[in-house]
Amino acid sequence: MKLNERSLAFYATCDSPADNAGFLYKRGERHTAYHRRWFVLKGNMLFYFEERDSREPVGVIVLEGCNVELCDSAENFAFAIRFGGSKSRTYVLAAESQAAMESWVKSLSRASFDYMRLVVRELEKQLQEMSRGLAGGCGGSQEPPGPWKPKPSGLEQSRERLPALPAILPKENGCAVWNNVLGAGRPPDTSGCGGHDEDGNPRPPPLPPRRRVSNGAGAAVAESPSTFCRLHEQYSREMARLRQDWQQRRRGPQP
Amino acid sequence: LPRVPAVLKKRLVKLVVNFLFYFRTDEAEPIGALLLEHCKITKEEENVFSISFIEEPERKYCFECATEEQCQEWVEALRRASYEFLRRSLIFYRNEIQKMTGKDPLEQYGISEEARFQLGAHRQ
Repeated sequence: MKLNERSLAFYATCDSPADNAGFLYKRGERHTAYHRRWFVLKGNMLFYFEERDSREPVGVIVLEGCNVELCDSAENFAFAIRFGGSKSRTYVLAAESQAAMESWVKSLSRASFDYMRLVVRELEKQLQEMSRGLAGGCGGSQEPPGPWKPKPSGLEQSRERLPALPAILPKENGCAVWNNVLGAGRPPDTSGCGGHDEDGNPRPPPLPPRRRVSNGAGAAVAESPSTFCRLHEQYSREMARLRQDWQQRRRGPQP
Repeated sequence: LPRVPAVLKKRLVKLVVNFLFYFRTDEAEPIGALLLEHCKITKEEENVFSISFIEEPERKYCFECATEEQCQEWVEALRRASYEFLRRSLIFYRNEIQKMTGKDPLEQYGISEEARFQLGAHRQ
Protein backbone atom coordinates (compact mmCIF):
# COMPACT_ATOMS: atom_id res chain seq x y z
CA MET A 1 0.00 0.00 0.00
CA LYS A 2 1.36 3.37 -0.98
CA LEU A 3 1.94 6.03 1.61
CA ASN A 4 2.99 9.60 1.17
CA GLU A 5 6.38 8.66 2.54
CA ARG A 6 8.01 11.97 2.03
CA SER A 7 5.33 13.62 4.15
CA LEU A 8 5.72 10.95 6.78
CA ALA A 9 9.46 11.47 6.85
CA PHE A 10 8.90 15.20 7.08
CA TYR A 11 6.57 14.78 10.03
CA ALA A 12 9.12 12.52 11.69
CA THR A 13 12.05 14.87 11.28
CA CYS A 14 10.55 18.35 11.34
CA ASP A 15 10.94 20.79 14.17
CA SER A 16 7.68 20.03 15.94
CA PRO A 17 8.51 18.62 19.36
CA ALA A 18 8.19 14.92 19.91
CA ASP A 19 5.93 13.47 22.58
CA ASN A 20 8.70 11.09 23.50
CA ALA A 21 12.11 10.20 22.09
CA GLY A 22 14.94 7.90 23.02
CA PHE A 23 16.83 4.71 22.29
CA LEU A 24 14.96 1.45 22.49
CA TYR A 25 15.84 -2.06 21.50
CA LYS A 26 13.53 -3.50 18.92
CA ARG A 27 13.20 -7.21 18.39
CA GLY A 28 13.48 -8.25 14.78
CA GLU A 29 10.58 -9.79 12.93
CA ARG A 30 12.16 -12.93 11.66
CA HIS A 31 15.17 -13.24 13.90
CA THR A 32 14.82 -12.61 17.58
CA ALA A 33 17.90 -10.42 17.84
CA TYR A 34 17.29 -6.97 19.24
CA HIS A 35 18.46 -3.89 17.39
CA ARG A 36 19.05 -0.56 19.01
CA ARG A 37 17.10 2.16 17.29
CA TRP A 38 16.30 5.80 17.89
CA PHE A 39 12.56 6.14 18.48
CA VAL A 40 10.50 9.29 18.10
CA LEU A 41 6.84 9.50 19.10
CA LYS A 42 4.79 12.21 17.44
CA GLY A 43 1.05 12.12 17.84
CA ASN A 44 -0.10 8.60 17.00
CA MET A 45 3.01 7.76 14.99
CA LEU A 46 6.00 5.97 16.42
CA PHE A 47 8.95 6.47 14.08
CA TYR A 48 12.26 4.70 14.39
CA PHE A 49 15.62 5.57 12.96
CA GLU A 50 18.77 3.61 12.53
CA GLU A 51 20.76 6.30 14.25
CA ARG A 52 19.81 9.37 16.25
CA ASP A 53 20.98 11.65 13.48
CA SER A 54 19.60 9.66 10.56
CA ARG A 55 17.79 11.86 8.10
CA GLU A 56 14.92 9.51 7.48
CA PRO A 57 13.12 6.97 9.61
CA VAL A 58 13.53 3.32 8.69
CA GLY A 59 10.05 2.53 9.88
CA VAL A 60 6.90 3.72 11.56
CA ILE A 61 4.26 2.12 13.76
CA VAL A 62 0.80 3.70 13.66
CA LEU A 63 -0.55 3.49 17.17
CA GLU A 64 -4.22 2.91 16.54
CA GLY A 65 -6.12 -0.08 17.77
CA CYS A 66 -3.23 -1.48 19.74
CA ASN A 67 -2.48 -2.44 23.31
CA VAL A 68 0.71 -1.57 25.06
CA GLU A 69 1.70 -4.05 27.72
CA LEU A 70 4.64 -5.32 29.69
CA CYS A 71 5.94 -8.60 28.50
CA ASP A 72 8.00 -11.53 29.56
CA SER A 73 11.27 -11.50 27.82
CA ALA A 74 14.84 -12.46 28.46
CA GLU A 75 15.49 -8.82 27.77
CA ASN A 76 15.11 -6.45 30.72
CA PHE A 77 12.56 -3.62 30.66
CA ALA A 78 10.70 -5.15 27.76
CA PHE A 79 7.23 -4.18 26.63
CA ALA A 80 5.07 -4.93 23.65
CA ILE A 81 2.80 -3.11 21.25
CA ARG A 82 0.17 -5.62 20.29
CA PHE A 83 -2.23 -5.34 17.40
CA GLY A 84 -5.28 -7.46 16.74
CA GLY A 85 -6.26 -8.90 13.39
CA SER A 86 -5.00 -11.93 11.57
CA LYS A 87 -2.22 -10.19 9.69
CA SER A 88 -0.93 -8.10 12.54
CA ARG A 89 2.25 -8.50 14.45
CA THR A 90 3.42 -7.65 17.91
CA TYR A 91 6.30 -5.26 18.31
CA VAL A 92 8.58 -6.12 21.18
CA LEU A 93 10.69 -3.30 22.50
CA ALA A 94 13.04 -2.94 25.40
CA ALA A 95 14.11 0.17 27.23
CA GLU A 96 17.41 0.81 28.93
CA SER A 97 16.01 1.43 32.39
CA GLN A 98 12.90 0.91 34.47
CA ALA A 99 12.09 4.61 34.34
CA ALA A 100 12.47 4.76 30.57
CA MET A 101 10.25 1.72 30.17
CA GLU A 102 7.51 3.22 32.32
CA SER A 103 7.71 6.52 30.51
CA TRP A 104 7.38 4.82 27.12
CA VAL A 105 4.54 2.55 28.15
CA LYS A 106 2.66 5.51 29.51
CA SER A 107 3.14 7.77 26.51
CA LEU A 108 2.49 5.00 23.98
CA SER A 109 -0.72 3.84 25.60
CA ARG A 110 -2.12 7.36 25.38
CA ALA A 111 -0.83 8.09 21.93
CA SER A 112 -3.80 7.04 19.86
CA PHE A 113 -5.93 9.47 17.99
CA ASP A 114 -8.98 7.81 19.50
CA TYR A 115 -7.77 8.44 23.01
CA MET A 116 -7.12 12.08 22.23
CA ARG A 117 -10.55 12.40 20.69
CA LEU A 118 -12.12 10.82 23.75
CA VAL A 119 -10.50 13.34 26.04
CA VAL A 120 -11.40 16.25 23.77
CA ARG A 121 -15.03 15.20 23.71
CA GLU A 122 -15.12 14.96 27.47
CA LEU A 123 -13.72 18.44 27.83
CA GLU A 124 -16.05 19.78 25.20
CA LYS A 125 -18.99 18.34 27.08
CA GLN A 126 -17.78 19.85 30.34
CA LEU A 127 -17.36 23.24 28.75
CA GLN A 128 -20.81 23.01 27.26
CA GLU A 129 -22.40 22.08 30.56
CA MET A 130 -20.63 24.88 32.31
CA SER A 131 -21.63 27.44 29.72
CA ARG A 132 -25.19 26.27 29.87
CA GLY A 133 -25.15 26.53 33.61
CA LEU A 134 -23.83 30.05 33.53
CA ALA A 135 -26.25 31.18 30.86
CA GLY A 136 -29.12 29.68 32.82
CA GLY A 137 -29.61 32.84 34.80
CA CYS A 138 -26.65 33.16 37.11
CA GLY A 139 -26.13 36.54 35.59
CA GLY A 140 -22.63 35.61 34.61
CA SER A 141 -20.64 37.43 32.03
CA GLN A 142 -20.67 34.52 29.61
CA GLU A 143 -22.50 34.93 26.36
CA PRO A 144 -25.59 32.77 26.24
CA PRO A 145 -25.19 29.83 23.92
CA GLY A 146 -26.37 30.88 20.53
CA PRO A 147 -27.11 28.95 17.41
CA TRP A 148 -24.25 28.28 15.09
CA LYS A 149 -24.18 29.79 11.70
CA PRO A 150 -25.70 27.05 9.66
CA LYS A 151 -23.02 24.99 8.00
CA PRO A 152 -23.41 24.07 4.38
CA SER A 153 -23.34 20.38 5.12
CA GLY A 154 -24.99 17.72 7.17
CA LEU A 155 -21.76 16.95 8.92
CA GLU A 156 -22.39 19.31 11.81
CA GLN A 157 -25.98 18.42 12.52
CA SER A 158 -25.46 15.71 15.04
CA ARG A 159 -23.00 17.70 17.11
CA GLU A 160 -23.97 19.77 20.06
CA ARG A 161 -23.18 23.44 19.94
CA LEU A 162 -20.83 25.44 22.09
CA PRO A 163 -21.46 29.09 22.79
CA ALA A 164 -19.99 31.53 20.33
CA LEU A 165 -16.42 32.30 21.27
CA PRO A 166 -14.27 35.16 20.10
CA ALA A 167 -12.76 35.41 16.64
CA ILE A 168 -9.63 33.45 16.06
CA LEU A 169 -6.67 33.34 13.80
CA PRO A 170 -7.20 31.12 10.81
CA LYS A 171 -5.18 27.96 10.86
CA GLU A 172 -4.57 24.87 8.83
CA ASN A 173 -3.71 21.35 9.79
CA GLY A 174 -0.44 21.98 11.49
CA CYS A 175 0.63 24.22 8.64
CA ALA A 176 0.57 27.38 10.69
CA VAL A 177 3.01 28.29 13.35
CA TRP A 178 1.98 27.04 16.75
CA ASN A 179 0.03 29.80 18.37
CA ASN A 180 0.92 30.40 21.98
CA VAL A 181 -1.73 33.07 22.12
CA LEU A 182 -3.95 30.09 22.88
CA GLY A 183 -3.63 31.35 26.43
CA ALA A 184 -5.80 34.25 25.31
CA GLY A 185 -8.62 31.90 24.54
CA ARG A 186 -8.29 31.19 20.87
CA PRO A 187 -9.21 27.80 19.61
CA PRO A 188 -7.72 26.35 16.46
CA ASP A 189 -9.66 27.14 13.35
CA THR A 190 -10.44 25.38 10.15
CA SER A 191 -11.08 28.30 7.90
CA GLY A 192 -7.80 27.81 6.10
CA CYS A 193 -4.95 30.22 5.72
CA GLY A 194 -6.47 33.63 5.41
CA GLY A 195 -9.92 32.28 4.90
CA HIS A 196 -13.29 33.05 6.40
CA ASP A 197 -16.69 31.67 5.71
CA GLU A 198 -18.83 33.23 3.03
CA ASP A 199 -20.07 36.15 5.08
CA GLY A 200 -16.65 37.03 6.35
CA ASN A 201 -17.74 36.24 9.90
CA PRO A 202 -15.38 34.59 12.33
CA ARG A 203 -15.78 30.88 12.46
CA PRO A 204 -17.13 29.14 15.52
CA PRO A 205 -14.60 27.10 17.45
CA PRO A 206 -13.91 23.75 15.90
CA LEU A 207 -15.17 20.46 17.12
CA PRO A 208 -13.08 17.33 16.94
CA PRO A 209 -13.06 15.47 13.66
CA ARG A 210 -15.69 12.82 13.17
CA ARG A 211 -15.36 9.80 11.03
CA ARG A 212 -18.73 10.23 9.41
CA VAL A 213 -18.62 11.86 6.00
CA SER A 214 -21.42 11.58 3.54
CA ASN A 215 -20.28 9.46 0.68
CA GLY A 216 -21.79 6.47 -0.96
CA ALA A 217 -19.79 4.10 1.13
CA GLY A 218 -21.43 5.31 4.30
CA ALA A 219 -19.59 5.79 7.56
CA ALA A 220 -15.83 5.75 7.30
CA VAL A 221 -14.61 2.86 9.35
CA ALA A 222 -11.38 0.96 9.74
CA GLU A 223 -10.67 -1.18 6.75
CA SER A 224 -11.28 -4.46 8.43
CA PRO A 225 -13.88 -5.52 11.03
CA SER A 226 -11.26 -6.89 13.37
CA THR A 227 -9.40 -3.57 13.53
CA PHE A 228 -12.67 -1.78 14.16
CA CYS A 229 -13.59 -4.18 16.96
CA ARG A 230 -10.25 -3.68 18.52
CA LEU A 231 -10.68 0.08 18.42
CA HIS A 232 -13.98 -0.27 20.23
CA GLU A 233 -12.50 -2.66 22.71
CA GLN A 234 -9.65 -0.36 23.47
CA TYR A 235 -11.99 2.61 23.65
CA SER A 236 -14.22 0.98 26.24
CA ARG A 237 -11.28 -0.29 28.24
CA GLU A 238 -9.86 3.18 28.38
CA MET A 239 -13.22 4.63 29.39
CA ALA A 240 -13.54 2.09 32.18
CA ARG A 241 -10.07 2.89 33.39
CA LEU A 242 -10.68 6.64 33.30
CA ARG A 243 -13.91 6.23 35.18
CA GLN A 244 -12.23 4.06 37.76
CA ASP A 245 -9.40 6.54 38.23
CA TRP A 246 -11.84 9.37 38.62
CA GLN A 247 -13.92 7.49 41.17
CA GLN A 248 -10.84 6.60 43.13
CA ARG A 249 -9.82 10.18 43.28
CA ARG A 250 -13.21 11.21 44.51
CA ARG A 251 -13.30 8.60 47.21
CA GLY A 252 -9.76 8.30 48.43
CA PRO A 253 -7.38 10.85 49.89
CA GLN A 254 -5.63 13.09 47.43
CA PRO A 255 -2.32 11.57 46.31
CA LEU B 1 -15.59 10.01 -4.48
CA PRO B 2 -13.51 10.50 -7.60
CA ARG B 3 -9.92 11.51 -7.42
CA VAL B 4 -8.40 13.71 -10.07
CA PRO B 5 -4.74 13.71 -10.98
CA ALA B 6 -4.16 14.65 -14.59
CA VAL B 7 -6.56 11.90 -15.49
CA LEU B 8 -9.87 11.40 -13.73
CA LYS B 9 -9.88 8.20 -11.75
CA LYS B 10 -12.78 7.08 -9.66
CA ARG B 11 -11.77 6.12 -6.16
CA LEU B 12 -13.42 5.32 -2.91
CA VAL B 13 -11.98 7.52 -0.22
CA LYS B 14 -12.18 6.95 3.52
CA LEU B 15 -11.06 9.18 6.32
CA VAL B 16 -9.87 7.19 9.31
CA VAL B 17 -8.28 9.14 12.14
CA ASN B 18 -5.54 11.21 10.50
CA PHE B 19 -5.24 9.10 7.36
CA LEU B 20 -7.07 9.40 4.10
CA PHE B 21 -7.28 5.96 2.50
CA TYR B 22 -8.17 5.49 -1.12
CA PHE B 23 -9.43 2.36 -2.83
CA ARG B 24 -10.31 1.20 -6.28
CA THR B 25 -14.07 1.09 -6.16
CA ASP B 26 -14.30 -2.69 -6.32
CA GLU B 27 -11.46 -3.63 -3.99
CA ALA B 28 -11.37 -4.19 -0.25
CA GLU B 29 -7.73 -3.28 0.30
CA PRO B 30 -6.67 0.33 -0.11
CA ILE B 31 -4.25 1.28 -2.85
CA GLY B 32 -2.73 3.87 -0.62
CA ALA B 33 -3.10 6.41 2.14
CA LEU B 34 -2.19 9.98 2.84
CA LEU B 35 -1.08 11.01 6.31
CA LEU B 36 -2.88 14.24 7.05
CA GLU B 37 -0.33 16.11 9.12
CA HIS B 38 1.27 19.39 8.09
CA CYS B 39 -1.00 19.59 5.10
CA LYS B 40 -3.16 22.25 3.58
CA ILE B 41 -6.66 21.65 2.30
CA THR B 42 -7.62 24.09 -0.43
CA LYS B 43 -11.01 24.61 -1.95
CA GLU B 44 -10.42 24.77 -5.67
CA GLU B 45 -13.03 25.29 -8.35
CA GLU B 46 -16.56 23.96 -8.04
CA ASN B 47 -16.77 20.48 -6.52
CA VAL B 48 -12.99 20.28 -6.28
CA PHE B 49 -10.59 20.45 -3.37
CA SER B 50 -6.92 19.68 -3.09
CA ILE B 51 -4.51 18.48 -0.44
CA SER B 52 -0.92 19.67 -0.45
CA PHE B 53 1.89 19.11 2.02
CA ILE B 54 4.11 21.65 3.62
CA GLU B 55 7.33 20.09 2.37
CA GLU B 56 6.13 19.99 -1.24
CA PRO B 57 3.52 22.72 -1.59
CA GLU B 58 3.33 22.74 -5.37
CA ARG B 59 2.26 19.12 -5.50
CA LYS B 60 -1.50 18.92 -5.16
CA TYR B 61 -3.64 15.86 -4.70
CA CYS B 62 -6.90 16.89 -6.33
CA PHE B 63 -10.30 15.47 -5.59
CA GLU B 64 -13.51 16.06 -7.43
CA CYS B 65 -16.74 15.43 -5.58
CA ALA B 66 -20.22 14.75 -6.86
CA THR B 67 -21.63 17.96 -5.40
CA GLU B 68 -20.38 21.24 -4.00
CA GLU B 69 -21.99 20.39 -0.67
CA GLN B 70 -20.04 17.17 -0.44
CA CYS B 71 -16.92 19.09 -1.33
CA GLN B 72 -17.45 21.50 1.58
CA GLU B 73 -18.03 18.60 3.95
CA TRP B 74 -14.78 16.99 2.93
CA VAL B 75 -12.84 20.22 3.25
CA GLU B 76 -14.20 20.73 6.77
CA ALA B 77 -13.57 17.17 7.82
CA LEU B 78 -10.05 17.05 6.41
CA ARG B 79 -9.03 20.31 8.02
CA ARG B 80 -9.89 18.85 11.39
CA ALA B 81 -8.41 15.48 10.72
CA SER B 82 -4.87 15.97 11.95
CA TYR B 83 -3.65 14.83 15.30
CA GLU B 84 -2.06 18.23 15.76
CA PHE B 85 -5.42 19.91 15.28
CA LEU B 86 -6.96 17.67 17.89
CA ARG B 87 -4.15 18.43 20.26
CA ARG B 88 -4.69 22.16 19.86
CA SER B 89 -8.40 21.69 20.50
CA LEU B 90 -7.66 19.78 23.66
CA ILE B 91 -5.30 22.42 24.95
CA PHE B 92 -7.80 25.13 24.11
CA TYR B 93 -10.67 23.43 25.97
CA ARG B 94 -8.45 22.62 28.88
CA ASN B 95 -7.44 26.22 29.16
CA GLU B 96 -11.00 27.49 28.85
CA ILE B 97 -12.24 25.19 31.57
CA GLN B 98 -9.36 26.10 33.79
CA LYS B 99 -10.15 29.77 33.35
CA MET B 100 -13.78 29.20 34.21
CA THR B 101 -13.33 26.89 37.15
CA GLY B 102 -9.80 27.48 38.33
CA LYS B 103 -9.20 23.75 38.08
CA ASP B 104 -7.37 21.67 35.54
CA PRO B 105 -9.90 19.29 33.98
CA LEU B 106 -7.20 16.80 33.06
CA GLU B 107 -6.36 16.11 36.68
CA GLN B 108 -9.28 13.77 37.12
CA TYR B 109 -7.87 11.64 34.32
CA GLY B 110 -4.41 11.66 35.79
CA ILE B 111 -2.92 13.09 32.63
CA SER B 112 -2.33 16.71 33.56
CA GLU B 113 1.44 16.26 33.54
CA GLU B 114 1.62 14.71 30.11
CA ALA B 115 3.97 16.70 27.92
CA ARG B 116 1.71 16.46 24.93
CA PHE B 117 -1.10 18.37 26.63
CA GLN B 118 0.89 21.29 27.90
CA LEU B 119 -0.02 24.79 26.89
CA GLY B 120 2.81 26.21 24.85
CA ALA B 121 4.49 22.83 24.71
CA HIS B 122 4.40 22.76 20.96
CA ARG B 123 6.05 25.96 20.04
CA GLN B 124 7.28 26.00 16.44
